[in-house]
Amino acid sequence: MPERDVKLTIGPQHPMLKEPESFLLTLRGEKITDMTVRLGYNHRGIEKACEQRTYIQDMYLVERVCGICSHSHSTCFIQAVEEIAGLQVPKRGLYIRTLVAELERVHSHLLWLGVAGHEIGFDTLLMYSWRDRELVMDILAIISGNRVNYGMNTIGGVKRDITPDQIPQILTAIDTLEERTKYYIQVGTEEITLRERLSGVGKLSKEDAMRLGAAGPTMRASGVNRDTRRDDPYGAYGELTFDVITDDHCDVYGRTLVRLGELMQSYKLIRQIVRSLPAGPIAVKAPRKIPAGQAISRYEAPRGEDVHYVKANGSDKPERVKLRAPTLANVQVVAHMLKDGYLADTPIVIAAIDPCFSCTDRAIATTNLDDGRKDRMVWPALRTYSIEWYSKQGINFTELNRKLRTMRESN
Amino acid sequence: MLVEEEKIRQQLVERFGLPAEKITVQRERRIWADIPAANFGEVFDYAVDKLGFVILATITGLDEGPTLGAIYHIARESGIMLNLHISVPKDKPVIKTVSARFPAADAYERELVDLLGMQVEGLPPGNRYPLPDGWPAGQYPLRKDWKSDTIGKTEVTENA
Repeated sequence: MPERDVKLTIGPQHPMLKEPESFLLTLRGEKITDMTVRLGYNHRGIEKACEQRTYIQDMYLVERVCGICSHSHSTCFIQAVEEIAGLQVPKRGLYIRTLVAELERVHSHLLWLGVAGHEIGFDTLLMYSWRDRELVMDILAIISGNRVNYGMNTIGGVKRDITPDQIPQILTAIDTLEERTKYYIQVGTEEITLRERLSGVGKLSKEDAMRLGAAGPTMRASGVNRDTRRDDPYGAYGELTFDVITDDHCDVYGRTLVRLGELMQSYKLIRQIVRSLPAGPIAVKAPRKIPAGQAISRYEAPRGEDVHYVKANGSDKPERVKLRAPTLANVQVVAHMLKDGYLADTPIVIAAIDPCFSCTDRAIATTNLDDGRKDRMVWPALRTYSIEWYSKQGINFTELNRKLRTMRESN
Repeated sequence: MLVEEEKIRQQLVERFGLPAEKITVQRERRIWADIPAANFGEVFDYAVDKLGFVILATITGLDEGPTLGAIYHIARESGIMLNLHISVPKDKPVIKTVSARFPAADAYERELVDLLGMQVEGLPPGNRYPLPDGWPAGQYPLRKDWKSDTIGKTEVTENA
């Protein structure tokens, strides 16, 4: 009997996925012959929301585009605002920003290593790398007070200084993490199971990586030597020395080696920053209203390049904010990598771009199960619905809300 | 300082006879060019093929009142970014796709279609992005006159 094509939908809700997105795979036997992607399930209307808020409010909003590279997005955004306003961020501010950026990369790459281990059934790697990741999370908490969404940035600099007693704590943690990463590199290069499982999976040639516009470690693991930190330097990168890590394996194995190599470079950068932290102020005062103008800001986030465009109209709110996260650049790339691969490789191939489907929207689309009628719930309606739902369960916040309101008004 | 940037600016001015004040060097590695929509294709091709702007970072869509704008942020591997801005009338907001050359532009151009109501000629058929399939026709969230409560007052039609 001739083989027939089978169409398989994965998502938007599926145990394999950590975030909502939808993949329609066409299969012939175990092989994937075609794939289409549907995104947008996470669209939260952030670009529109930015136009209705002040620059300072936007900074907090943009920091919440992503739960992992939060500092990346807030830095990328305020770099554009600072350029339009003509603000010169003091050197110490730039160094601290860059320090948090590299700590964030360490936390993100170690997180990825665990996820990758999990996707190939190597959960020991997940347990080890996430245990070690706690060290960098602790450092971020010591510096900023938070494990994620650090809130370190402000327009014109950073909000918190690095105190002298924090420096040995950072260096000790980095020493330990470096030792651990050396061990993971040893595992990556010597452990046959890991190497065999990842080699040849999710192939992406150098030509295809460039043609399709791949970003970040996904691109560098296909031998493309590009890194915004070196090519279009921002923060303190222009004064620091580091290597751009590339690899010629062009597969998931190569992507693993690139991220491990980048971890080692991040430790190098962190040491340089804390040892040569310039003295002086950490921020300059920023005006509430930003003069008319436009700027484009680029930032090498852990997953690839963030690109933020900001247009100012002279008021305290931006005219337009455009955000591009690296996953959007890598989506076409995933479709290409999965083609002619095996269905069983799908989880690790998707995970290997380290996807992060963060976009925009506040409307919730619902389908009435009784009559199939499509409906749409806007934010206030959804809120009312939830209040009613909880009231039926005997949970009522009306009295508490009234008290809070009274307290606020009396202040 | 700015030698390479000025050279690129000069090349664009001379080759396409563009008014010099429409192309500005903002700072190191940042060039902005305001070009007529009719010239877009040739300027874009020249910038990519001859001037080496081989990276498409993204496309920004703008509501400029009577016109809709698009800025193509393209970059050289060495870090210089050229930002090509075009405007098209709002009642006939037609632009041509660049997705044949840059497949990643597919997502950026679909954003222009969904969020601003642009029409992109030559964009291959595919899933819409980023709005849901049942999103009402004619509702473009990034237009300035669109407010987030507009959606509650609109009748929803499937696959609009």
